[in-house]
Amino acid sequence: MIWKEKVECAAPADLRELQSGYLRKLIPYIYQNCPVYQRKLDAVGVKPDRIKSIDDIKRLPITTKEDMRDNYPYGLFAAPQNQINEIHVSSGTTGNPTLVGYTRDDLKLWGDVMARVLCCAGAEPGDTIQIAYGYGLFTGGLGFHYGALEMGLRIIPTSSGQTARQLKIMQDFKPRIIACTPSYVLYMAEEAKDMGIDPTQGNWKIGIFGAEPWSNSMRNEIEAAWNMLATDVYGLSEIIGPGVAQECRHKDGLHIFSDVFYPEILDPNTREPVPEGTDGELVITTLTKQGIPLLRYGTRDIVSIQYEKCRCGRTSPRISKIKGRTDDMIVVRGINVFPSQIEHVLVGIEGTQPHYQIIVDRQARKLDEVEVLVEVEQRFFSDEIKRLNEIRDKIRKEIQNVLSIGVKVTLVEPKTIARSEGKAKRIVDKRTL
Amino acid sequence: MKITQISVFLENRKGRLYDVCSLLGNHGINIRALTIAETESFGVLRIVVDKSDQAIKLLRENQFVANFTDVVAIEVPDKPGGLASILKTLAEHDVNIEYMYGFVEKFSDKALLVMRFEDTDFAQQVLAKQNIHVVTSKEIEGL
Repeated sequence: MIWKEKVECAAPADLRELQSGYLRKLIPYIYQNCPVYQRKLDAVGVKPDRIKSIDDIKRLPITTKEDMRDNYPYGLFAAPQNQINEIHVSSGTTGNPTLVGYTRDDLKLWGDVMARVLCCAGAEPGDTIQIAYGYGLFTGGLGFHYGALEMGLRIIPTSSGQTARQLKIMQDFKPRIIACTPSYVLYMAEEAKDMGIDPTQGNWKIGIFGAEPWSNSMRNEIEAAWNMLATDVYGLSEIIGPGVAQECRHKDGLHIFSDVFYPEILDPNTREPVPEGTDGELVITTLTKQGIPLLRYGTRDIVSIQYEKCRCGRTSPRISKIKGRTDDMIVVRGINVFPSQIEHVLVGIEGTQPHYQIIVDRQARKLDEVEVLVEVEQRFFSDEIKRLNEIRDKIRKEIQNVLSIGVKVTLVEPKTIARSEGKAKRIVDKRTL
Repeated sequence: MKITQISVFLENRKGRLYDVCSLLGNHGINIRALTIAETESFGVLRIVVDKSDQAIKLLRENQFVANFTDVVAIEVPDKPGGLASILKTLAEHDVNIEYMYGFVEKFSDKALLVMRFEDTDFAQQVLAKQNIHVVTSKEIEGL
């Protein structure tokens, strides 16, 4: 089922017309209601009435995470606070947290795009969904909740954590759909086994996983562990929360709801568009949002995009899975390192589940050192030191091949690397720069 | 006859060996023989216990990575040259020993040794031909 077939399957020309119409309304609205954007638009010499079509988007200024932080709390709001119906705050690791606010219409939009997400993943009216994303200030739980309400699903709002209870609820109420982070669903598979539950016989048949980047190898692990379809959902609170893009059953890219969230893929350094299919930073303009409409917001997520119509019938463009983060990327001795590269190596080596952590450290007057902690699995454990060393050396060699820098690999006991029920901490950077 | 050794992965962290021993002890499982192979960051604890099945279940339930390994326990004359004579026989038959260690107890005047062979079945045949006493699981349990 396609929730909003008219826009999700629209002919490209019709879609552009829709987007152009939205943009023509958006720019004067922002210009009149948000002084920060008024200054930004003036600075690049854009007169609101000169924005005619979606192609003019290139002339608009870029918005960054720093703009969000610098104008905390209300600077980027275009609607007055008495029109705001709900706010969410994400913790800031540096400086101010990020505040987002939704008008009543924004919440309707959120419910609509999340209903599209659920349908795109394969949900049918009458299905039961277990929502194991955190409810609260994090947008994951409530975003899914609004979409499921809109669609008319039976909702089990478990929120995150309390794994034994999650599993009991799965067994007792037989939800066909699970929504949580990909690392949490893998963690739950291990816990299930420990509790004597065979996850391949579990009730979840469709998983909608997001809030952290994950690879296709990890997808294979999840699908094998739970015997389910594992799909990727994309979103960020600055844009709306979850509900920006979602994979259909073909798992060939995430359909981005471009009628309301207009995507561009730009070179992270030059901010110039890259050719179709080339990696770049995903930059999004919210075409219809009222509370905090954002122009060309740099998501810091590295993806590529394709505009070809999908086998599922949707014409909405598809972004790739996140290939990296412009900010999570660490630079070690001049080499760009993405956690996903190391995850890929680990899954490629038989028997290793991707439970790992990368530690970067710098001793005085020495080169940066990279240590990768890998949890030992029952499957590849041996009583012989030489076999364990062989596996360790194989992991080290393959990581070195991929990264072109020397790394140290350390085998650690299972479950010693913290599994967050929110986001997995893959990199610990101990360097004092 | 083979006996069962339990191998446990341990990080080189304070208290980990204690954790294993107290876990087994609290459940009335007795360690008959023990050795640790170590590297700079991790070690492998190898133990022979009286109740192997119960022990491995317990260890895995407590998040340890633990496997069964087939080993052979033999009696060695407790006198100068006792071990050498057995090793000579094994070497003459090209039997490779991966590692070996001693038992805490013995049930005769002979010493008890655990040996891990590359090819356990072949090693047993060689030992049998030389009339070297291979200890059975029953005997271990009754120690």
